Amino acid sequence: MVEFTLPKNSKVQQGKHFPAATGATRIKRVEVYRWDPDTDENPRIDSYEIDLDQCGAKVLDLIIKIKDEVDSSLTFRRSCREGVCGSCSMNVNGKNTLACIKPIADINGTVKIFPLPHMDVVKDLVADMTHFYAQYSSIKPWIKTQTPAPADSERLQSVEERKQLDGLYECVLCACCSTSCPSYWWNSERYLGPAVLLQAYRWINDSRDENTGERLDELEDPFKLYRCHTIMNCTDTCPKGLNPAKAIGEIKKLLLVRQEG
Amino acid sequence: MKDKYKIIEHEYDVVVVGAGGAGLRATFGMAEKGLKTACISKVFPTRSHTVAAQGGISAALGNNGEDDWRWHMYDTVKGSDWLGDQDAIEYMCREAIPAVLELEHYGVPFSRNPDGKIYQRAFGGMTTHYGEGTAQRTCAAADVTGHAILHTLYQQALKHEAEFFIEYVVLDLIMEEGVCRGVLAWCLEDGSLHAFKAHTVVLATGGYGRCYFSSTSAHTVTGDGSAMVLRAGLPLQDMEFIQFHPTGIYGVGCLITEGVRGEGGYLTNSEGERFMERYAPHAKDLASRDVVSRAITMEVNAGRGVGENKDCAFLHIEHLDPALVHERLPGISETARVFAGVDVTKEPIPVIPTVHYNMGGIPTNYKAEVVTLKDGDPDAVVPGLMAIGEGACVSVHGANRLGSNSLLDIVVFGRAAAIRCAELIKPGTAHKPLAEGSYDKALARFEKVRNAEGSLKVSEVRLNMQHTMQNHAAVFRTADILAKGEQEIAKVRDSFADIKVSDRSLIWNTDLVEALELDNLLDLSLVTMAGAANRTESRGGHARDDYPERDDENWLKHSLLWIENNKVKIDYRPVHMYTLTDDVEMIPPKKRVY
Repeated sequence: MVEFTLPKNSKVQQGKHFPAATGATRIKRVEVYRWDPDTDENPRIDSYEIDLDQCGAKVLDLIIKIKDEVDSSLTFRRSCREGVCGSCSMNVNGKNTLACIKPIADINGTVKIFPLPHMDVVKDLVADMTHFYAQYSSIKPWIKTQTPAPADSERLQSVEERKQLDGLYECVLCACCSTSCPSYWWNSERYLGPAVLLQAYRWINDSRDENTGERLDELEDPFKLYRCHTIMNCTDTCPKGLNPAKAIGEIKKLLLVRQEG
Repeated sequence: MKDKYKIIEHEYDVVVVGAGGAGLRATFGMAEKGLKTACISKVFPTRSHTVAAQGGISAALGNNGEDDWRWHMYDTVKGSDWLGDQDAIEYMCREAIPAVLELEHYGVPFSRNPDGKIYQRAFGGMTTHYGEGTAQRTCAAADVTGHAILHTLYQQALKHEAEFFIEYVVLDLIMEEGVCRGVLAWCLEDGSLHAFKAHTVVLATGGYGRCYFSSTSAHTVTGDGSAMVLRAGLPLQDMEFIQFHPTGIYGVGCLITEGVRGEGGYLTNSEGERFMERYAPHAKDLASRDVVSRAITMEVNAGRGVGENKDCAFLHIEHLDPALVHERLPGISETARVFAGVDVTKEPIPVIPTVHYNMGGIPTNYKAEVVTLKDGDPDAVVPGLMAIGEGACVSVHGANRLGSNSLLDIVVFGRAAAIRCAELIKPGTAHKPLAEGSYDKALARFEKVRNAEGSLKVSEVRLNMQHTMQNHAAVFRTADILAKGEQEIAKVRDSFADIKVSDRSLIWNTDLVEALELDNLLDLSLVTMAGAANRTESRGGHARDDYPERDDENWLKHSLLWIENNKVKIDYRPVHMYTLTDDVEMIPPKKRVY
């Protein structure tokens, strides 16, 4: 019998409410997804009223304030707090982003915070990234050459050649793009997803790498690459302003050119 | 206790704790040499704080003007205010050239000159001809060099199939009669505990900037390894030397690289004056960081600060060509926009000296072996223990680190650790069993903090610590303020006994992680304050209003700080005033002027 509802233990329930502290002047309502792996309870949405006059400007400041002052069991990853380490990727009001660079002021009404979509949840906002990282290593994201490196100098690369890496190497592996992609939701066991393909292209496009042919061979696969249907959620969501969709398009183009060779 | 927790045992030749630049370079260096190596990190490697380094990595390649590694060495010794060990500095500056070329060969996307070589920019304190000219020595990947290097090192670790234990929190060293035998760690994902036996443990756990309220450091920069060393009854070195970076964004503390000034940026006060010309007539805005941070503080104290509260300075790059800013400084342009609401091509960035780097740390020799003062020997090696990176004190930075010498430090000494381990350990050497109860102490601490049922929130105690450090061990220090600071920080540290941890889970219990990190930070704060109160001179990053001069007669020595019975014990090691080879002369102390 086909079941059209979510399994019972997946239904998200209403959780606890934490009203604003007395004397709060500028109250913002924040809803956060909670799930505790130690209990049999369903996930829930806890709601908090936070005084923005006593809080930093970014969404990460909000959840740190909740953890510090209201509920210290709230669990999430964070580190650099300036958008370079990629730890605090989460879904904020329907869009994946890095909480540390997402201004609260951008959000009208209630702030709604969920883990990255379609990932196994380890606890609260902590998603299981194991598979994502394994896919990253599967593309052999390191330089491969046949020619030995010169003994006493760098490999030369022109300013123009180096420019080809801009917009590619800056990726922080936050997985915002991959986990916003419906095609990745459906086929993530075989489709590499935008973040990993962006990195594949970073090495294909590096004038110093001498393994382009093999890299393209590896990607020429109906699932690894061609599950991209140019939905463009990846580019739309990237908190670093990168364009994985374009990189994927470029890989497809290279394969086409090679075929026609 | 042991019955309560099932402990999974592992055996490795080497265990590296930390997966920043130093830890990764060491890890795959070991793997390359056939040593069975585990790298344990509380965050996924590319989240480590190396990722936030911006300006670049120094090496006398001479791509953008003449250069010589001996000039680099001279600058580093002078930058250290002669507290750096000259044998180690020689090693680092000489090895800088092959180290950076090696990084390029690994695939780091360095910015390029028209001739295809690595682009090098000017940085504070980096000169030619022993202080005469300005050197362009800092190899840059735009202004995100740390990111470029960290990701590349992780990629190399993947290539070498290094073994990682990620999101494992190392709780303590396993010590037996003065020998390090391994570490005890806690896996966040499933809550299990693990004992890693190793012939050598390499601590690559970074600095402890989060002791302070305003810091460029990530939340995870909590000096865990350094605190483990203190708990093992070993000393830390030169902890009073804390670098305030002149240009943290006002209010939020995010870093704006010195490379901004290297590319032609400058500072002004409320009168629009380029005040650095007064403090450092020769090097101006490119004087070393301690000098510039003091200058900004003095301008603010003299009532010439900018901003609403007149308590910061302006950093200008709006006069630079926007195309150049876009190509070479894209990262800070973005950071300034997001965190200061500033368009750098049109207006200045409000900046303030912000805690940035710990010159002090775990004392080591230039081979990365941890040393201590034992039976009169100031260079006694602690068997089985190494330290590298910001957590270590080799000491190559002495009393003040030069910008772009820290990325260099991590790769040079990460590699040195691998070289030394290969000399010391035969791959696959059998392990003796651990002595009964060898990790009981570590387990007891974990259990106690986990079940803490006091009245204070972790965040409350942390904030008290951060304010105490910020108010009592700032850019300028005096005996009174430090003495008060010592009392205050001891009180805050004692209050840890009354904390409450609400989350009881073993799975991803970040309430407990933060409590354990706070425990580490409190010990480090205690020795930092004691070291600062003890050193009655001004040298590099340690500036005493009441002792404004450097005092080589009494203080040309490293401080060693232990915690014994909750009190700080202080002793000293001599500075290595000799070089490693005859290729270069020892640089005798002289007045430090920029």
